[in-house]
Amino acid sequence: MDPQAAGAVSVAAPNRPTREPVGAPVFELRDATVRYGSFTAVKGVGMDIPRNEITALIGPSGCGKSTLLRSLNRMNDLIAGASVDGKIMYNGEDIYAPDVDPVEVRRRIGMVFQKPNPFPKSIFDNVAFGPRLNGYKGDMGDLVEESLRKAFLWDEVKDKLKESGFSLSGGQQQRLCIARAIAVDPDVILMDEPCSALDPIATLKIEDLMREMKDEYTIVIVTHNMQQAARVSDMTAFLTVDIDDEVGERTGALVEFDTTATIFAGAHDKRTEDYISGRFG
Amino acid sequence: MSSSASPGTGPSAGASTTPVEEPSALRSRGAARYSDRAFTIMLWAAGATVLLVLGAMVVRTVSDALPVFQYQGFFSFVFGTEWHAGFSRQEFTGTYGAWPFVWGTIYTSLIAVGIALPMSIGVALFINFYAASRVRQLMSYSVEILAAVPSIIFGLWGLLWFVPTVLHPFSIWLNSVLGFLPFFGGSVPNVNYFHAGVVLGIMILPIITAVTREVMATTPVDEVQAAYGLGATKSEVLRKVVLPRSFGGIVGATMLGLGRALGETIAVLMLVGGSQRFDTRLFFAGDTLAAHIAATFQDASPETLVALMGIGVVLFIVTMVVNIVARLIVWRFAKTAGAGDAL
Repeated sequence: MDPQAAGAVSVAAPNRPTREPVGAPVFELRDATVRYGSFTAVKGVGMDIPRNEITALIGPSGCGKSTLLRSLNRMNDLIAGASVDGKIMYNGEDIYAPDVDPVEVRRRIGMVFQKPNPFPKSIFDNVAFGPRLNGYKGDMGDLVEESLRKAFLWDEVKDKLKESGFSLSGGQQQRLCIARAIAVDPDVILMDEPCSALDPIATLKIEDLMREMKDEYTIVIVTHNMQQAARVSDMTAFLTVDIDDEVGERTGALVEFDTTATIFAGAHDKRTEDYISGRFG
Repeated sequence: MSSSASPGTGPSAGASTTPVEEPSALRSRGAARYSDRAFTIMLWAAGATVLLVLGAMVVRTVSDALPVFQYQGFFSFVFGTEWHAGFSRQEFTGTYGAWPFVWGTIYTSLIAVGIALPMSIGVALFINFYAASRVRQLMSYSVEILAAVPSIIFGLWGLLWFVPTVLHPFSIWLNSVLGFLPFFGGSVPNVNYFHAGVVLGIMILPIITAVTREVMATTPVDEVQAAYGLGATKSEVLRKVVLPRSFGGIVGATMLGLGRALGETIAVLMLVGGSQRFDTRLFFAGDTLAAHIAATFQDASPETLVALMGIGVVLFIVTMVVNIVARLIVWRFAKTAGAGDAL
């Protein structure tokens, strides 16, 4: 199975319209391997993540999908001993090149985390946090409103911008975190199981939001929830975990990367099919 | 206990249908129950002892000091600037204004906190966020060991090495440059408020550092990651997330350090000077509450001994207030920050 998506994109399933990726991919991964010390978390991943699409990373626990996601904006740098081999190109530039500043990478590639993590500040200050770091010169009120509107949260919070971010419900907090990520005007937003702590209604709201957002942003989402991947994503990457009993190591690897329609309707690899149909994982 | 339930209703009705041996499983086993009760009583006794000792100490000290407060008046005892010990056995003949000591205590402690606080925050940030793990361990141990060094050793080290080789030359230089300001003016003896304050600062540095470090370590990882994810640099994460989160804890840590500085006796006694006069100059060889008691109680006349008790009461009040405030802040902080995940 060639994990490169380029050829597979044209395989459009009849029940689901697939958009052709526009222009060059946002991310090009070439034999990307992420290690924590001597432990290899995920190995030899090659894929092109298309612009203005939602790409889902799915797979069983330990397959390295979160690790892979976090390597896309160098969040893994924060973990001692983490290292990346191979190439991860963002807009044609190797983000692990020695002269690249991870801070600059993260300003362009935002992140939303598994658990809503607002700062213990007001709703306004949460959204304004990033722009203030970047020395935003425009009207902060306008920017906060625009960001909250884009996150479908404005109507719910416009009368209580001075209240703590923690006063919101879990789903609202997560949308606040999305607004906060949007406010720094990123190019890509990475989402690490953004709905796993939310109830079904809040989850659907976030999914609606993601569909709306992809006109402006490229979204890469890690999810445990296959229905979610099927509902929101255009492209799906299935990763699995290879267990080496001799060494006792578990290493994640990419099995298949294709349009979501293909992955869910006619996966080429049996492991993908088994996972999707619930026979494994 | 539903002993009022009438027979034949509820559980007892069900029990009557089963054999009589059954309830014995629920009855208390004698021996276990007595040892349990004995253990409880012991714990109560231990708790009560602490309260009794504290109570006895407060009552005895205050009642012993009461005559001098009556003689001098409490207000003028605390704020009076004249301290002349009398030598009588029966009555008060001296003048007892303890303000020079109160002032010296506050002065040296504030110098100590002013030096220790910024350094502690720096050391704590370094240990938590910059040091490699081996260095981090070494430094954490060093800080703990430094906290355990007896104060007499700080006093000796200060008096014999640190003050003559480092601090005194620095003070003389400071005096020569800024001496035109009253605060830095006058002569520079080798023992003075400043020298005592600096050594005190080094003494309380490990306490403030240890608490600050632990408080910083409880900053929720989620928030740290969120800030990094928004493109914050490391120093921005520390300044905008870690420090605001740790503010309450740092205040509490400072108060704990301040509490120790206020009560510190022997090292201050060796370094502060001992003049029983009020003076605002940094390099004045003054005295503090604790140091003055330690320096004079052995040769004190009966009436002066009562006056020293009065100093003890004042010191007790000052440290109590500081400690209560520290506890309140730490407690409040723990309540608001406790919900976060620690790494």
